[in-house]
Amino acid sequence: MSQHVLLIEDEPNIAEAIRFILTRDGWTVSHVTDGSAALDRVRSDRPDLVILDHMLPGMSGLEILAALRADPETKALPVMMLTARGRDREMAERAGADCFMSKPFSNAEILAEVRSMMGR
Amino acid sequence: MPLSAFTGTRLRERRLAAGLRQADVAAAAGISASYLNLIEHNRRKVGGAVLDRLAEVLGFDRAALAQGSDSALIEGLQTAMARGAGAAAELDRLEEFVSRFPGWAALLVSLDARVQTLERAIETLNDRMTHDPHLSQSLHEVLSSLSSVRATAAILAETEDLEPDWAIRFHQNLHHDSERLAAGAESLVAYLDAGSATAEQGIVAPQEEVEEWLKSRGWGFDDAALEAGLEGEVAMLASTAARSLARDLLARAVEDARALPTARFTAAVATHGPDPFALSEVFACDPLVAMRRLAGTPELGAGLVLCDASGTLTFRKPAAGFPLPRFGSACPLWPLYAALGRALQPVEAVVQMAGQGERLHHVSAWSAPRHPLGLRGPELREAGMLILPANPGHSPDIAIGSSCRICPRGDCPVRREPSILSAAS
Repeated sequence: MSQHVLLIEDEPNIAEAIRFILTRDGWTVSHVTDGSAALDRVRSDRPDLVILDHMLPGMSGLEILAALRADPETKALPVMMLTARGRDREMAERAGADCFMSKPFSNAEILAEVRSMMGR
Repeated sequence: MPLSAFTGTRLRERRLAAGLRQADVAAAAGISASYLNLIEHNRRKVGGAVLDRLAEVLGFDRAALAQGSDSALIEGLQTAMARGAGAAAELDRLEEFVSRFPGWAALLVSLDARVQTLERAIETLNDRMTHDPHLSQSLHEVLSSLSSVRATAAILAETEDLEPDWAIRFHQNLHHDSERLAAGAESLVAYLDAGSATAEQGIVAPQEEVEEWLKSRGWGFDDAALEAGLEGEVAMLASTAARSLARDLLARAVEDARALPTARFTAAVATHGPDPFALSEVFACDPLVAMRRLAGTPELGAGLVLCDASGTLTFRKPAAGFPLPRFGSACPLWPLYAALGRALQPVEAVVQMAGQGERLHHVSAWSAPRHPLGLRGPELREAGMLILPANPGHSPDIAIGSSCRICPRGDCPVRREPSILSAAS
């Protein structure tokens, strides 16, 4: 069974590109654009990995990350954060993100990082 | 002019530099060699006729030995030492240093002044980079669209067997994102360009750009110029935001001038004085309109500040002796804010601005609510404070400042942050 990545990203074209490259690489990808809907999707989809944008409408990436880490069910869920600025990165690190990608990232980087996080 | 205790040291250096013997100089000046020796080692004070003769023999201007030129240097060096916390300078030999090495001392003082200027510039830039929402928004927009362009372009370039439907889709995305990227980059460049035009002051915000323009116009426009329109001048402003601010401001100035035409307004001011409340009665207008017209009358030398409900200054015309903060928040003790909190009640006070000696200002403030979308919409508030020089003989009602960072009043109950002035002294 292919492993499941949940992508939380409000920029449709970025999401489409990431979705495309991960699907081609054999992952199942689901996608949510709104921060406030993200936590429900994590609970219902039970993904193996979450890719989380920092700036989201509804609820910020950091808030979502904090909520994931506070819940015993999702405490250990691997999370990759997409950030734009150095300061965001520090805050994401403190909030417990497993890995960061700075925008603008390359597709190869994302793919390599997702593979290594999932032990492939 | 008082003489430094180290005049002797300098006399000795002059004599040695001229290659003269102590005995010869003493003889020429009509004093004994041992007395000159005591003078040169600062053990006897020298002044009057003896100093005149010594100056003549050694060939220099005695004013050059006077302390006056030193005191500014000494003060400057003391400030530099206070700022250079931890560095152990020989404070007890400061006067000797200044007296022996005036050139080096002056260089040190000017370097310290330069350090201060640069520190302020860095702080300003830092503030702008960190807190400027326009800059941060433009950068975010550019980075987002760039991420998308890069990811999409890589798919198009690197995917060997890309299905035609996907290819079309990604080409469309690429086109859309490149448009966004161009727009984002353009607004970023316009923003930064506006700053380089006045590089001397660092990056300039749109409001400052408009204020520079108004200042060059003497803060007022004659009625005919307003009616004719000033689009040519507005078009010269560097940033889109500044042009938009200027147009709003001019539109309001046109209405103000129509309601209070110069000839009738000048006559009314002659009768009632520069009292915005009396004038608002005469012309049946809001006192803020009268304040704006008074501020545009050059002979009055009036300053004017306007703010919105958040207290943000939206207009700043300084008055002599009443410095306004360039950015950030103003002093909460300003009657402007008292008026903002009590709409439709005039506030009037004689105020003493910190750091301006005995100079007083007579300020009047007013705020009024507006409902541009009707009662269902938000209530807007605008407050204004007219600043006029106070007539002599008043006593101040309240002591105020410009902004906490540059305010020397140490015992202020509303202080938000420490002053850089009190920290330095």
